[in-house]
Amino acid sequence: MTIASEPADGYAVRSRILNFLKYGANSNPADPRVPFYRHPIFVRVAHWTNVIVLTVMLMSGLQIFNAHSALYWGYQSDFNHPLLSMVAMQNDDGSLKGVTQIGPWQFDTTGWLGASQVNGQWAVRGFPAWATIPGPQWLALGRLWHFFFAWLFVANGAIFASLAVYRGHFRRDLKPKVSDITGLPAEIAHHAKLQFPKGEAAKTYNGIQRLTYFTVIFIIGPLIVLTGLTMSPTLDSAFPFLPWLFGGRQSARTIHFLCAFSFVLFFIVHIVMVVLSGTWNNVRAMITGTYEIEQAGGRHG
Amino acid sequence: MADGATRRGFLMRSFAGVATLALAGCDSISQQPWLDPLLRSAEALTMRVQRLFAGNHALAQEFTKADIAPMFRANGTLDPGTQEYRAHAQKNFADWRITVSGLVEHPLSLSMDQLRKLPARTQITRHDCVEGWSCIGEWTGAPLAHILALAQPKDEARYAVFYCADPMSDSNGDGINDSDFYYESLDMVEATHPQTLLAYKLNGQDLDIAHGAPVRVRAERQLGYKQPKYVKDIVLVDSLDKISGGRGGYWEDQGYNWWGGI
Repeated sequence: MTIASEPADGYAVRSRILNFLKYGANSNPADPRVPFYRHPIFVRVAHWTNVIVLTVMLMSGLQIFNAHSALYWGYQSDFNHPLLSMVAMQNDDGSLKGVTQIGPWQFDTTGWLGASQVNGQWAVRGFPAWATIPGPQWLALGRLWHFFFAWLFVANGAIFASLAVYRGHFRRDLKPKVSDITGLPAEIAHHAKLQFPKGEAAKTYNGIQRLTYFTVIFIIGPLIVLTGLTMSPTLDSAFPFLPWLFGGRQSARTIHFLCAFSFVLFFIVHIVMVVLSGTWNNVRAMITGTYEIEQAGGRHG
Repeated sequence: MADGATRRGFLMRSFAGVATLALAGCDSISQQPWLDPLLRSAEALTMRVQRLFAGNHALAQEFTKADIAPMFRANGTLDPGTQEYRAHAQKNFADWRITVSGLVEHPLSLSMDQLRKLPARTQITRHDCVEGWSCIGEWTGAPLAHILALAQPKDEARYAVFYCADPMSDSNGDGINDSDFYYESLDMVEATHPQTLLAYKLNGQDLDIAHGAPVRVRAERQLGYKQPKYVKDIVLVDSLDKISGGRGGYWEDQGYNWWGGI
């Protein structure tokens, strides 16, 4: 029970690090762990497919963005009043300075946004080469990647959503409950103290997980697809309500961009939570399906 | 033990392989010869599905005069710059002719005056550039469907190819483009769409040089590069394979999708 009182010899430190990597913060190595089949195969396949597909979608999307690195609101581009823009200016000595403007604020983002190096050469570009597919400015190829993987994204999402509903995963684990919202403050406090569910409670998702996964999968997912479709002039002729719904094609492009960065934000928080709640236990569960649940307070031992 | 060692060796090599792939990034993948056709395989699907929903006649949204952009951005060629084009511009394009030939029963050669006398259509539409920006403007021109009807396309005609007056390459390095003239193509569905025009006016004024004087294509369900400026000759064909790079347009030959509805 009391690891802290053990002598801090190399062995104890190493076993504590190992325990953290396996089971995360605040897990008690003395408590028994019971294997639990957490992720059915369709969840695991959809998850890893999404890892690849979303990475390509994001990076090829940034390549496309770089062709005109500014965002607007409305039906058309008010070039003098972008919501966001990334531009390059020339310093007195001729070197490039990257400037990012968000609303009325300007930031010097040299090396990152607006101006950055490609193979040792300074270039005028929104996002840097390491963040785009392909690296150099090449809109045509970026579009080929984006529109091929967009089909995979939609197919993967549709198959996952259908199976999630059909197999009860949606109702059981993903559909938010009223109590998820009322219980949100308490759940946030638990998360802040890194107290993760144990025993029976660990067999389903907690309130924050349900709200987050529901939002990311069933709100931002469809939203990024619909705003993407709204940028197509042919589909706008077929579905005039699309640009109307989002306040115009340029608004749709801006929302598309915000959705993409919501995915990035989700990804960062997701990775942090995976590490804090046990990297190995979580990753193994998403590969083999089996998650080891810590029995609360050593009930069995 | 030997088994374990072999397995470990395999795992290490696999890991190194994955790491190399990740490090080399998608740039080296982008150069693989199998990649381009694979990625392009989605284009036909995209086009078919978009056509399924948009059909042949769904109209692009039309706006009001209040929506017209104060400054309609000009992109691509801003001035063809050739001596021939300059001479036409000096005469206010009085001698400019638009020809329609190829797989037609009655080849045509229209002067600008004749073009302006044809029934005209005026539409306030949103122009979407492949780069991502949009501008709204009021276009006036002759519906291409009407002109093609005058020429009577043969049954085997599948595409209208537009040959333009703006050169895209500099052949002798003097900094002035003089070769590789812009061309584009639309299939017969898009070419005969009611909003597809040979436009000669923007916002009530004769087209200026930056926007494609004296005449350009408007194809309102397509991106900007599918709507060539400085149009001279229209040729109806049954295949794009033998024309220039074989992909149906100047930008298509540089790698852009032929389907410009997305």
